[in-house]
Amino acid sequence: MRRTRAAAAAVTASLLAAATACGGGTANTGGGSDTAPKELTYWASNQGPDLAADQATLTPELKKFEERTGIKVKLEVVPWSDLLNRILAATASGQGPDVLNIGNTWSSSLQATGALLPWNAENFGAIGGKDRFVESAIGSSGATGQDPAAVPLYSMAYALYYNKKMFQEAGIAKPPATWDEMVTIGRQLSKDGKWALGAEGANLSNNIHQAFVLAKQHGADFFDAAGKPTFDSPGAVGAVKQYVDLMAKDKIIAPGNAEYAQNQSLQDFANGKTAMVLWQSAASSFKSHGMKEGDWGVAPVPVPAGGAPGPGGNTNSMVAGINLAVFKNTDNIDGSLKFVKFMTSDEEQKILNKTYGSIPPVKAAQSDPAFATDDLTVLRTTLGTSAAPLPQVPQESQFETAVGTAVKELFADAAAGRPVTTESVKAKLTKAQQQMAS
Amino acid sequence: MSTKSRVSRVSGTRPKSARPRRSHVPYLLLLPALLLELLIHLVPMAMGILMSFRGLTQFFIRDWSRAPWTGWANYELVLDVNRPVGEALLRSFLTTCLFTLLSVGLCWLLGTAAAVFMQESFRGRGLLRALFLVPYALPVYAAVITWAFMFQRDNGLVNHVLHDQLGLGGSGHTFWLLGDNSFWALLTVSVWKGWPFAFLIVTAALQNIPGELYEAAALDGAGIWQQISRITLPSVGAVNQVLVLVLFLWTFNDFNTPFVLFGKAAPEAADLISLHIYQSSFVTWNFGTGSAMSVLLLLFLLLATAGYLLVTTRGRRNGHG
Repeated sequence: MRRTRAAAAAVTASLLAAATACGGGTANTGGGSDTAPKELTYWASNQGPDLAADQATLTPELKKFEERTGIKVKLEVVPWSDLLNRILAATASGQGPDVLNIGNTWSSSLQATGALLPWNAENFGAIGGKDRFVESAIGSSGATGQDPAAVPLYSMAYALYYNKKMFQEAGIAKPPATWDEMVTIGRQLSKDGKWALGAEGANLSNNIHQAFVLAKQHGADFFDAAGKPTFDSPGAVGAVKQYVDLMAKDKIIAPGNAEYAQNQSLQDFANGKTAMVLWQSAASSFKSHGMKEGDWGVAPVPVPAGGAPGPGGNTNSMVAGINLAVFKNTDNIDGSLKFVKFMTSDEEQKILNKTYGSIPPVKAAQSDPAFATDDLTVLRTTLGTSAAPLPQVPQESQFETAVGTAVKELFADAAAGRPVTTESVKAKLTKAQQQMAS
Repeated sequence: MSTKSRVSRVSGTRPKSARPRRSHVPYLLLLPALLLELLIHLVPMAMGILMSFRGLTQFFIRDWSRAPWTGWANYELVLDVNRPVGEALLRSFLTTCLFTLLSVGLCWLLGTAAAVFMQESFRGRGLLRALFLVPYALPVYAAVITWAFMFQRDNGLVNHVLHDQLGLGGSGHTFWLLGDNSFWALLTVSVWKGWPFAFLIVTAALQNIPGELYEAAALDGAGIWQQISRITLPSVGAVNQVLVLVLFLWTFNDFNTPFVLFGKAAPEAADLISLHIYQSSFVTWNFGTGSAMSVLLLLFLLLATAGYLLVTTRGRRNGHG
């Protein structure tokens, strides 16, 4: 008997440990208040090569803010892998930071939780007005027709980065401007263990960014006007197939890229294994992998034949970037607004975007000569003329997971030599759409 | 209930009278722990069960008491195997069952075999024992991410050894983290990580077997296999009962290994149930459905455990009788 009892005790303990995983948060309905006016907690996202670099960049600026306002800012740099879960936990418990960075594609999803302070005219007034910001950046800070859930902090866009030396050796004069040229040049470059293009086949967000842009070029959207998913429309299927075909049919992406999810494609690019990558603001990463300024060139992402980057069917980037949000439960609403004003001031925008290699979403800060380099001019032009925001719907993050996984599985098929057909692409996307219905 | 006189007679020969003295003190001492247990384990569990009856999505997580009651809708959704959500859950469940069976079996076999070998004393035994425990002592993340790098197709150690050094399976490299092979990759890591625990527990159990038993058996002409099957295994039976059960629960619920190895979306062949539930709730922000799946998982584990205990305990009691 005693044995059984001991066993039962051990089992109960293990079962309990297992079941606690499904526990939930508590209810909380606090609004903003001003009970702790001398202190702020700020969650920054990881923008530099590592967390320590962000600490080093932000700390002097936060000191400056403290000197001017007397408000001490407690900084925590949260890695991307944790950030969304941390925000969700903070939302559920009501215990969160005062000010935080969010990926701008999450804006609508987080807006739907009601955890973030809406940026109505009054709040915008406190930081100098909505007009100070670039329109496309404001366009990716919440659902249309609602007050934005955040304000733009850093803007980024996709560009085609190419290895100048590899292009020279292959006798290629200029980077591809259309997808047809991409395939032609790609076949020239893909030989002797080298490959033309890098991809992050197992990185769900990156898959989405590429599929979204290609879908625009095919005249399709992943959500209709009513916000209903339309993942398996002919245009979307064509877009996903075109992207995966770069590996499956055109064979200009190495099969091994199907399992990349930790930015290995940037490493391959820096090591001269691949000649091109489609990436957002990659300069600082290349440098940290040992490349020197001038080793790589930057060009706009290719568009369909016969076009030039522009709106609609010639969209060639998403509006990528980071937004700054205020947590509704903050106990220092006044200080939070002051802090947002500080971070979006012309001066800080120049300093921070320069360090991170991104584009300031504040119009006045863009005129600084530091943002007129070859790299940044391409990104700036793209943002201004041919970038579109990802769908601003509450289901955006589910969409990233469902469709991102579908593309990942298709890359796995392509890598293993299984055929990727219109039917197989459609089947995967239909499955992804059915998952959204739940 | 309150006799003091019995205490002195505990050392008597009749076991029936050797009851411990009943008193309130032990219960009082246990009370704080019990309350904490309630607070830390049972309350969150109850909340999880409550959540499974609500449509808890991102719109309500800020104040989830406002989430609408949906009755059995979440359960109907996840149990309907003709629709994608239920079908995926069922497949994930079956994968997990097969995975657990293989992993627990191998962990137990390796652990027991190693423990029996280590019973003999020889030079370097302490060192080997310590070495065997390394996988168990390493932080899970560090260990598994190392495996993830080793399993990489182009630059991984596994492919380098298999294809380049040994020349097995041709020169084309294999994908271990994508497609069907991911099951075997996951199993390898799981067994590597789990068997030292079995080894440790069985080793401890073996210390309790008196050496005379083996000597007597050897004199009676029992060979090494007979000694193992007649003395060693029956002697550690009780320990094995708990060991297998604990390994089963851990493996079935393992989240860290597949998550670190594959990230948020595991390949179908290695889509273990805990990762699947995580994906269905946290990643897609549908906590009600995720909770319903968790409750079903809990029910299954409770039933499996109760059944296991019933069968094994009765079996052993009969064997002894």
